[in-house]
Amino acid sequence: MKTLIILEDNNGKIHRMGLESIVAAQKIASALKGSIQAVVIGQNADTLADEAASYKLDEVLKIKDPLLDNYSADGYAEAVKQVIDQENPDYVLFGHSYQVRDYAPKVSAKLMKPFLVDNVAVSIDNGKVVLTKQMFNAKLFSDIKTNGDSPFLISFQSAAFSSDAANKGSAVIKELNINIEASMIKTESEAPFKEQAGGIDLTAADLIVSVGRGIGKEENIPIAQDLATALGAELASSRPVVDAGWLPSAHQVGSSGQSVSPKMYLALGISGAIQHMVGMKGSKNIVAINKDPEAPIFEVADYGVVADVLELVPKLTEALQ
Amino acid sequence: MKIAVLVKQVPGSESPLPINSDQKWVDENTIAYIMNESDNYALEEALQIRESKGEGEVVVISLGPVRIQKVIREALAKGADRAIHIQMDTQSEIDPLSTASHFVNVMKEEGFDLVFSGLQSDDIGMGQTGVLIGELMGMATASLAIKTEVGDGYIKVKRELEAGWFQWVKLSLPASISIQSGLNTPRYPSLKGIMGAKKKEIKVVEPNKNESKQTLEKIYLPNSDKQTVMIEGSIDQMVEKLIDTFRNDIKIF
Repeated sequence: MKTLIILEDNNGKIHRMGLESIVAAQKIASALKGSIQAVVIGQNADTLADEAASYKLDEVLKIKDPLLDNYSADGYAEAVKQVIDQENPDYVLFGHSYQVRDYAPKVSAKLMKPFLVDNVAVSIDNGKVVLTKQMFNAKLFSDIKTNGDSPFLISFQSAAFSSDAANKGSAVIKELNINIEASMIKTESEAPFKEQAGGIDLTAADLIVSVGRGIGKEENIPIAQDLATALGAELASSRPVVDAGWLPSAHQVGSSGQSVSPKMYLALGISGAIQHMVGMKGSKNIVAINKDPEAPIFEVADYGVVADVLELVPKLTEALQ
Repeated sequence: MKIAVLVKQVPGSESPLPINSDQKWVDENTIAYIMNESDNYALEEALQIRESKGEGEVVVISLGPVRIQKVIREALAKGADRAIHIQMDTQSEIDPLSTASHFVNVMKEEGFDLVFSGLQSDDIGMGQTGVLIGELMGMATASLAIKTEVGDGYIKVKRELEAGWFQWVKLSLPASISIQSGLNTPRYPSLKGIMGAKKKEIKVVEPNKNESKQTLEKIYLPNSDKQTVMIEGSIDQMVEKLIDTFRNDIKIF
C-alpha cells in the first residue's frame, strides 16, 4: 500500500495544507501498513524537498523542469500524472487549495480515476479508506467510498488536520525525471499580483463584527457598523455581502479573503459556508446570531443566539451605548 | 461565438433538508430548489459576452430529473438561446467523472468555443465538473475566474488565488472556464423573456450508462464536538445575557 502526497509551494515553503495532508498520509499509512512518498515540484523544489525530508516519510520525490518553474494547470497536471504512472501509488493526497482545485481534476480526467475532494476526515473500513465530506453548504456530512481500482486522488479541507501533528523523521530525497513539452501547456500566465486591501487589516483585529447575507440589504449595513463601533470592533463580512456590492472586498473573511483569529468573532446573519469558516474558525470566541437554528455557523460557535439580527442588533447596540 | 453554460438546480440556502430513512439522500419532495449561485453568474457572463459581441449563441446544458426544467426555463427567460436537458435521476449520484462524461457526450458534436460553469455546486460541492469536461475535450481550462475578456481566438481570465492574490491567464479557444461568484450582477428575467422562453427549444437526451467511481455511503447531520452555549429568552433578555457573556466570559470590557 503506497500513499503519495503532492506538496504545494507557498513562496519557498510547504503550503500549510500540504503539512496537514502529511498527517492524513501518516494516519492512512499506519492503519494500512504502507509507505509514504511526498512530491515537490517547481523552481523551489530543492528547498521544499529539504523541508519535506524532515518529516516521517519514506521518500521525497523532487521534480524540476524549466516548464514547471511557474505554475500552470496543464504542466502540473501532466507532471503529477507522470509521477503516478511511474510510482503506482494507491492513494494520492492533496490539500484542497485553490491551486489544487485548478489542476487536480485534470489529473483525474487523464487517468480516469476519481478525485474525492474537500474531505474533513478519513477512516479505514475493511482495508479501504472512507472519506468524510461536508455537503449542502456544510449542513450535512457524508461518508464516501471509492469504487474500482486505485489510484484514488483525495484532497482535504484546510484545517482538517493540525499540521503540528505531523510526525518528524528523515526521508531520502530522490530526483524524478519526467517529460514535459511546451506544446502541452495551453495557457499563458501572467505574474500573480495582490490587490490593495483598502487598508483594513483584519488579521490583527482583537474584536470583529462580521456581517452575512442575513442582514438582508445594503441599507441595513449601518446596523452592523453601529454595533462594531459600539464595541470598538472591526467590521468584516462573508462573501455574499461583498458579491452583492454591500461592502468592499477588503472586508471579506474566508478562503479568498482574510484569515482572522480575534478574541471575539461576532457573526451576524452568517450561515457558515465552508469558504467562510476556514477564515474564522481560529477565533478564540465565536458568537453567532442567526435566525436559522440549523445554520452551520452554530457548529463552530461558542455562543449562539437564534434571533433575527435586524431585531436584536439595534437593541444590543443601544444597550452597549 | 458559441458558449455552453452548465447550470445545476440545487436546494436553496433556506430550504429544509430532511434525510431519507436509508440515509442515502435527502427527501427531494420537501426541498425548495433554485439555480446554483455560481452557475447564475456563469450564465450572466455568457449572456454579456454574446451581447457585447452582437452575435453568437448561449446554450444551457443541465443534468437531472424532470424538476430541473424549472431552472432551464429560468435560464432561457434570462436570454439563453436554447437548452439541452440530460434527463436522469441524480439521487445519491456524486461521481464528477461520470457527470462530466454525460456532458461531454452531448457537447462533442456542438463545437463550443467556450464552456462556462459555476465553480462548485451548493449541494454536493465537488467543484470539478468544468475542469474535467475541458480536459476530457482537450480544451484549455481555468478555474476561479473573477473577470473575463474575450478577444479574437482567445479568452483572458483574471483568476482568484488565495489570500487576496490574483493572476491573469490567457487561454486559446476552445476553453472551459469555472466561474467564481461575484464577477457580475446577474439579471432577472423580464416578462418578455419569460414569455419568449416558452417557445425556445429544450432538447431532452438520455444519459449514457456510466459506472460511478465514488459512491455515497450515507449522509447525516454533523455531530459537533463543540459545546455551544445557547443564549435564549426574549429579545431584551438575550441582549442582557449577551452583554453579560461579553463582560464575564469573553472578557472584552
